[in-house]
Order: sequence, then structure tokens, then C-alpha cells
Amino acid sequence: MRALVIDDSRAARMAVSRILKSIGFDVVEAENGEQALDILNKDETITVAMVDWNMPIMNGYEFVKLVRRSDKFREVMLVMVTTENEMSQVVKALSAGANEYVMKPFTDEVILEKLEMLGLRL
Amino acid sequence: MAITHREFDYIKGLIKQEAAIVIDTGKEYLVESRLMPLAQKHGLASVKDLVDNLSKRDNQQLVTQVVEAMTTNETSFFRDFYPFEALKKKVIPDLIANRSAAKELVIWCAATSSGQEPYSLAMLIKENFPQLATWRLRIICSDISEEMLERTRSGVYNQLEVNRGLPVSLLMKYFKQDGTRWIVKDDLRRMLEVRLVNLAAPWPHLPQVDLIMMRNVLIYFDQVTKVSILKHAYDQLKVNGVLLLGSTETTINMNLSYQVQQYEKLSYYSKL
Repeated sequence: MRALVIDDSRAARMAVSRILKSIGFDVVEAENGEQALDILNKDETITVAMVDWNMPIMNGYEFVKLVRRSDKFREVMLVMVTTENEMSQVVKALSAGANEYVMKPFTDEVILEKLEMLGLRL
Repeated sequence: MAITHREFDYIKGLIKQEAAIVIDTGKEYLVESRLMPLAQKHGLASVKDLVDNLSKRDNQQLVTQVVEAMTTNETSFFRDFYPFEALKKKVIPDLIANRSAAKELVIWCAATSSGQEPYSLAMLIKENFPQLATWRLRIICSDISEEMLERTRSGVYNQLEVNRGLPVSLLMKYFKQDGTRWIVKDDLRRMLEVRLVNLAAPWPHLPQVDLIMMRNVLIYFDQVTKVSILKHAYDQLKVNGVLLLGSTETTINMNLSYQVQQYEKLSYYSKL
């Protein structure tokens, strides 16, 4: 399975990618929502996107809204991975179409358990 | 300063005596990391000083605190995932079918730790078995640690704890936020009955139960104590009642009367 990790912080991308790779995912990375949308349009094999909220150019919330507007991506699971920890923000992301939500900081187990909930453990 | 063999052996003996839990050699680091914060809380400089105080045998409260510190286990919401799938798809539907005349279901989480397991069970029931709202449903949760029971009662979890294993939709539905703390809403908290039970000591009066969750606790006991606890658990179950253990625990080769059942990845144990 193939995953897309979207975060403007290289360190954060590496942290999430390492966990996904440890259970056998192929990982592609993007620095913002616009770049991620471009990748998603070209690569139909991506099954899950791990999405940071606060990024330049296009933030994660806008990305989720745009992805969910397109029927083409309805099978793609969207997991917010963010420092935004207010209940109102979580509700906003879920309303926009995010499937799961991880509040930073997280441990490896958090990511692995979220993937399992979504039926994405290899 | 690392703890000495003498100090380790003292703590090992104390935990065996008080809780029938075996701490294996090689777990010195665990003793030190669990007891150093307790020593500091009592104004002591080291685990050695704590052991010296314990040796006087005049402070039962300190003994209790040491036992609690050494027996607190890792836990998370919906831990291991698949046992809860089996509860949802097989174990609870079977129990509901068997108990439809009496309309009563008694569940006992026997090593509740900080409460994630019984709250997971309560959420699973509310989400999937609305018909139980008209039944007499009891979820009894017990632990050896008063501190853990207080945590369960309070239903307060930090951000990392609610990240672990809990679907975000359930977090939104059953918790309220207070800064970085998340608090279980009252209707869910009211579903739990909290009791202090040391599994290795004579049990207080408990009702006959339909389902016992005793996961990841037997691993800490010696073989004789394990067998004794499993026999007691058998007596505590109603006919057709079910026992769930942790993934590395089993009743097999213990000459007990449980019937082993299988649902996908989960083995569970029935009283026929």
C-alpha cells in the first residue's frame, strides 16, 4: 500500500514516514496541500494521506475539503496529524471529511493503532 | 544510583507477598524507574532509603503505594483492537441471545488499570447494542490499586491517552475537553461500578457474571496463583459465561473446565 505524508516540517514528515515504512507502506511526501493534491491526482495507488493542518500555500484543512469534493478520491483515507487540539478544530476536520485525527505529539503506537482502526494495517 | 541486589530482592519479596506478582530478575530498571518517583515524593534520596523505611514494617500505607507503583500496567482504549471486534460481532451478541429472558448482563473488568478498558466496553455497548438500554446492565471494574480506581472514577485522560486506540468520533461523542485534558461524560461514567479487588487475595462478594475481562494481568502471577485465580473466575461465571484473557495468556494445560472457543484471531473461554 502507498501513503502520502503531508507536512511542511521535514522532521515531522520523516517521523510519520518512518512509522509507515516500518509496517511496509511505500511513502511519498509533500510539503503542502497544493503539492499533495498534485501528487494525488497523478498517483491513483495512494490509499491514505497523513495531513498536517498548518502549512503554507494550502493548509491541511483546505486540502481535506478539496479532496472530499472529488468523487475520484472517495476511497482515500485522510488522517489529520496536527498540533491543533481544540475540540472545535477536530469537529471541523471531521466535518470536512477527515477519517481520523492524531494530536501531536504522538508515539509510534498512536499512528499504528489509527491505521488499524481504518483497516490499513498490512 | 542503581539499586543493589539486596534492595531488588526485598522489593521482589514484598510484591510477591502482597500481590503474588513475580518480578523477574533483570527487571531492576523497572523497580528503580517505578519507585524513584515514590521515594522522592516521600522526601527520600534513593530507592535504598525507601527500602530501609519499608524494612521497619510500620508503614502499611507506604507498602500499599509501593505495590501500586509496581503493578500499574500499560493500557489503551480498545487495546489490541481484535478482542473488541470479537466482543462486538460474536461474544456480546451470543450473550444477549442467551440472556434475553432475564434481560440482565453483568460484566467484570478484573484488572481495569486506569479505566480505558471498561470505558471502551461501555462505548462499544452504547454504539452497537442500543437494546441493552432497557436491560439491567452492570459493568463492574476492579483493580488492586486505589489510585488506578480513582483515575477510572474521574474519567480524566491526557491528550496522549486519548490518542491511543480511541476512534476520534468516539472521543467527540463521549468526552468533553478541559484544556489538554479530556473527561469522560457523565452518562458513560455512570455505567461503571468501581471496586477494589486483589485477584491474589480472597475476593470480596461479587455477583455471578456473564463476561469477565481479565486481560494482561495473569502474566504477572506465578503458576499456582494463576490456576487459583482462573478457578475462582470459573466459579464466578454464570453458565454460558465467557472469560477473555490477554493474547499471551491461556487456560490450556491447567486442567480447568473452561471450553476454549475461537473467533477469528481471538481465543476465549466459556463455562458450559
